Amino acid sequence: MPGKLSEIKGAVHADLRHDSAHKHVAGNAVYIDDLPEPKDMLHLYVAMSEKAHATIEKVDLDAVRSAKGVALVLTAGDIPGHNDVSPFAGDDPLLAEKLVEYIGQPIFAVAATGIEAARAAAEKADITYREHPAFTTIDQAMEAGSAIEPMQTMGQGDPDAGLAGAPNRLQGSFRIGGQDHFYLEGQIAFATPQEDGDVHVYSSTQHPSEVQHLVAHVLGRPTNAVTVEVRRMGGGFGGKETHPAIFAALSALAAVKTGRPVKLRLDRDDDMAMTGKRHDFRYDYDVGFDNDGNILGIEIEMAARCGRSTDLSPAINDRAMFHADNCYFLGHSRIKSHRCKTHTVSNTAFRGFGGPQGMLGIEYVIDDMARVLGKDPLALRMANLYGEPGRDVTPYGMTVKDNVAGELMETLARDADYAARREAIRAFNENNKFLKKGMALTPVKFGISFTTTHLNQAGALVHVYADGSVHLNHGGTEMGQGLFVKVAQVVAEEFQIDVDHIKITATTTAKVPNTSATAASSGSDLNGMAALDAARNIKGRLIEFAADKYDCPKDRISFRNNNVYIENKEIAFADLVNQAYLNRISLSATGFYKTPKIHYDRASHKGRPFYYFCYGAAVSEVIIDILTGENRVLRTDILHDVGRSLNPAIDMGQIEGGFIQGMGWLTTEELVFDESGRLRTHAPSTYKIPTASDRPDEMNISLFERGRNVEATIHRSKAVGEPPLMLANSVFLALKDAVASVGDDTCVPTLNAPATAEEILMAVSDMQKKAAE
Amino acid sequence: MAASNTIRFLLDGNLHEIENPDPTETILNHLRYTMARTGTKEGCAEGDCGACTVVIGELDDDSIRYRAVNACILFMPVLDGKELITVESLRASDGALHPVQQAMVDTHGSQCGFCTPGIVMSLFALDKKNKNADGNAIEDALAGNLCRCTGYGPIIDAAKQILGSAATENSGGLKARVDALKKFARHQTLELVGRNALTGTTKKYYAPVSIDGLAEVVEQHPNATILAGGTDVGLWVTKQHRELETVIYIGGVSELQEIEDHGDAIDIGAGVSYTDAMDKLGALYPDMGELIRRIGSVQIRNSGTIGGNIANGSPIGDSPPALIAVGATLVLRKGSSERTISLEDYFIDYGKQDLRTGEFVARVSVPKPKANQHFRAYKLSKRFDQDISAVCGCFGLTIEGGIVTDARICYGGMAATPKRASHAEAAITGKPWSEETARAGMKAMEQDYIPLSDMRASADYRLMSAKNLLMKAFVETTSSAQTRVLARGEAGNAG
Repeated sequence: MPGKLSEIKGAVHADLRHDSAHKHVAGNAVYIDDLPEPKDMLHLYVAMSEKAHATIEKVDLDAVRSAKGVALVLTAGDIPGHNDVSPFAGDDPLLAEKLVEYIGQPIFAVAATGIEAARAAAEKADITYREHPAFTTIDQAMEAGSAIEPMQTMGQGDPDAGLAGAPNRLQGSFRIGGQDHFYLEGQIAFATPQEDGDVHVYSSTQHPSEVQHLVAHVLGRPTNAVTVEVRRMGGGFGGKETHPAIFAALSALAAVKTGRPVKLRLDRDDDMAMTGKRHDFRYDYDVGFDNDGNILGIEIEMAARCGRSTDLSPAINDRAMFHADNCYFLGHSRIKSHRCKTHTVSNTAFRGFGGPQGMLGIEYVIDDMARVLGKDPLALRMANLYGEPGRDVTPYGMTVKDNVAGELMETLARDADYAARREAIRAFNENNKFLKKGMALTPVKFGISFTTTHLNQAGALVHVYADGSVHLNHGGTEMGQGLFVKVAQVVAEEFQIDVDHIKITATTTAKVPNTSATAASSGSDLNGMAALDAARNIKGRLIEFAADKYDCPKDRISFRNNNVYIENKEIAFADLVNQAYLNRISLSATGFYKTPKIHYDRASHKGRPFYYFCYGAAVSEVIIDILTGENRVLRTDILHDVGRSLNPAIDMGQIEGGFIQGMGWLTTEELVFDESGRLRTHAPSTYKIPTASDRPDEMNISLFERGRNVEATIHRSKAVGEPPLMLANSVFLALKDAVASVGDDTCVPTLNAPATAEEILMAVSDMQKKAAE
Repeated sequence: MAASNTIRFLLDGNLHEIENPDPTETILNHLRYTMARTGTKEGCAEGDCGACTVVIGELDDDSIRYRAVNACILFMPVLDGKELITVESLRASDGALHPVQQAMVDTHGSQCGFCTPGIVMSLFALDKKNKNADGNAIEDALAGNLCRCTGYGPIIDAAKQILGSAATENSGGLKARVDALKKFARHQTLELVGRNALTGTTKKYYAPVSIDGLAEVVEQHPNATILAGGTDVGLWVTKQHRELETVIYIGGVSELQEIEDHGDAIDIGAGVSYTDAMDKLGALYPDMGELIRRIGSVQIRNSGTIGGNIANGSPIGDSPPALIAVGATLVLRKGSSERTISLEDYFIDYGKQDLRTGEFVARVSVPKPKANQHFRAYKLSKRFDQDISAVCGCFGLTIEGGIVTDARICYGGMAATPKRASHAEAAITGKPWSEETARAGMKAMEQDYIPLSDMRASADYRLMSAKNLLMKAFVETTSSAQTRVLARGEAGNAG
């Protein structure tokens, strides 16, 4: 008799461990720097600009070339192909030619027998700069009109009329800081020359195909001359999407020129100086609203520091605009977005990709509105949620059809005892002179799909060997998020075999070509579907073969519990596979997937850029010290919708990890650039990501039990990589709530992110002054 | 006795001997690039991320004391006479995971896995040290291990799982290791001569075993770098890429490892680690214990020393302001003679200390609390754990009959050296300890400091918060109001 479903090990929806967990803890999970070093390998050191904006008048590298251990010095002039490693805009020179535009910009590279030799040699360079005025801040760039592309505007209705007719009107402004990725494994590439001038590159990258294309571009060779491989990264978070091409291209170029393997591993300080970060924003708003707090008209103006080049900044700032509404129906709205060019490192993708900044902005606006009206911000949030037709269209013209924000917020408020705790906090604050508490409940609605429509495609390659073991490959990369195990579960489920029979293999451009970055939370949505397609192709052939061989209708053949059932006959999966092999059936297949239904017109900023939305809500309670600004998160409760999760344990890890990373962004992680444009926080001694004790004292995370994707995604799951980061908005708004308690009821505090102790003390001091007036 | 030129250490039960190793090669680089033990990772090369965490065992009578350290900033010769344990050491001979490793798997404690070996080693050390660790102790044990993926919850769960399980020590194995360490304990100076392959220059390393031997070698090499825990000097090599020609390591000097109780004061030898000093000082002054707990991480405190924190003259070291506020004195030694100065006088200006050629810091003498003396210490930093102070304010206040009869107020981070707030002290001394007096002290403090703006804080914040800390000290010494957002049993009042 056919057995029940889901008796296999590692089916979808099961709590499977990360496939590399055992290797992680044993210390034998291999990262690129752990690979054995060939004896003739060279180490590459990258020399960086010391000036934020300057013309290079003279570069004398003779002493560098003649230094001990040096095999090769690379300058812009040594590049046989194109001196560009940009994702599309053509404005990211691999090595500076005449102009340098940030402190940290690569100028030349030294390949030597050891990294110390390469570094010591680079010190001998004689470079003369002629400096130009540098714009290092958003304000300077805005004043100078310095931008990487024209201002973009999105909106609907008549915001001017909405604002003019509103009984209440409020303007405000605040700033949102950037964030360094601080992946624990720094940027690294390891290139080995191949015959015919080809090259193989191990690159710690989320985007092997783009690295491949750019390496070929730099070498002046066709794409098929370059193979890029990555088994795992020690963290990515968006920081290994575009920037790894720099290091891959330099090491590949040195390898091809010297005929020797070349490794380029950045020191932490160089990594932080040389590579881009989350964009910092200036956020200005003008909002009109009625006495119940319903938004009647709004104009939002965002300005982002993009740094020296275009990189992915257009799409990142677009995503900030797409999330300027968060879960709220803005109605008459105008969203303006400035993309400032500055003489600082080119900012890049970072978990959330502009979404967090846009979303934090509208939460801040609603919080300010609530202060003016003397109401609980949660009441205003609930009032402004997307709703029935007439209140369900976003500023970019997409109808919101899968909205569960209200249900999540109501459930969370009830389960986390919001109302009673609000009263307890009020009492605490009345009784405490120096410590104040605050609380905020904020929702998240995050759009899923690359907003550049053509990127929403993926490929996979599945081999079934004659013994029934399976080789799985796809274009997605593993950076710790558990993508590989999730996709393996999809294949295990489809073949109905234990996941142990599936070998998860390194991502390589030689197996699956033309892939998109593992980014935009899309990894399992896209690659899971592509792998499913590949598995179904093979399964279809097996069914056809079995139907023919056993003379049985195809619909009477099923795969269950490591077996294939042909009517009442039971054959082990491996046995059927072997029979198929002997009968010359192809047991290898590619798979492909493209996301349906999406379209977008960037010129008008209208369309359906997202296949669906992810939702979540969090409530955080904090305490601040108004003498010092010190603060802690006392408790956070999260309710998050991951649809029908492919692997709830992995998803819980993404939710908690994303939340803590977002909390770091909004509290302790402060990027400080000095007036010359030099980053002063370039190592963990000065740049402070959360550590274990920063985790809220009490943390309760739940998955939304009713969660199910309304769209036909892979097993009705939802993406999970980015959305939870924005649950940390609750921490920032709770801190703002605590600061607000210092003033009178309708006093509106100004609090910039990150809310460091200093920022909080200054905001408190400001509130005390306002209250005294 | 002739000097030795060979370091010996135990790894996986085997004795490793290296003749004249490069004196400033880090343990991490040796493991990764010479021994191909790549489980231990480099995340920052400055002792801040913990990916390089290994455990070092030191002979402690008939046992071995195991402590987590940062392999990225420790030089190979400090391993001499010790046992080294890396993540590769943990699995059983049949390949089975160690319970710590298994717990990390069970709780989904790894995501990208890069920080994981270091976390495993920190938990391994915690499990060896403190089976009764509570939530705070677990977080403290992990404070020096940054994880960017998990948010720490699953790792904390793993810690709870192993602490709740039976002890894992194999006593038979321990005996063999104790015997091995005893066998190669060194009784003469270690003297290494290395060569920089790049420059051809000679690098020398001396590790005397007695204070007399140390005094001699320091006089012979007055320009040598004195190395204690290496948590600062290590960075000169890994971050500033400096070439240290001559290094004198004091970790083997037995007299400098001692903490001596003299009745009214305790003397802390210059080689005593923060970890060892923390409990002793915390017993006298609870806030000083907590302040030391917030210096670096467990790994840093296991290596770094109070003596080094003083000797390097940094304006942002946390122990000097606290020690100055309680009136500590410093004993300096040169040749066979010693002199004693008040600790505050040691700090002359930025980068300039009262240290003569051929002289070294021998110990610091810390007076015990007197009747009616209140001590408070506050550290302000962006992050509570494992951060460097923006402002560190320390208060030694004697209040008799409601009158401030003695005030020693010292700040770090406010000037080019740890500096007393003499105007503020004068404004409150002899006055009734009232809010009005505290406010007068705050006002007077504006004359004491002209702080700088840097990446840790602005000048405005430094001065504003420094003044407010005097108010906090006032509130804490006169009422039971809640004053601290982070409270771990020190003197302050929990929030």
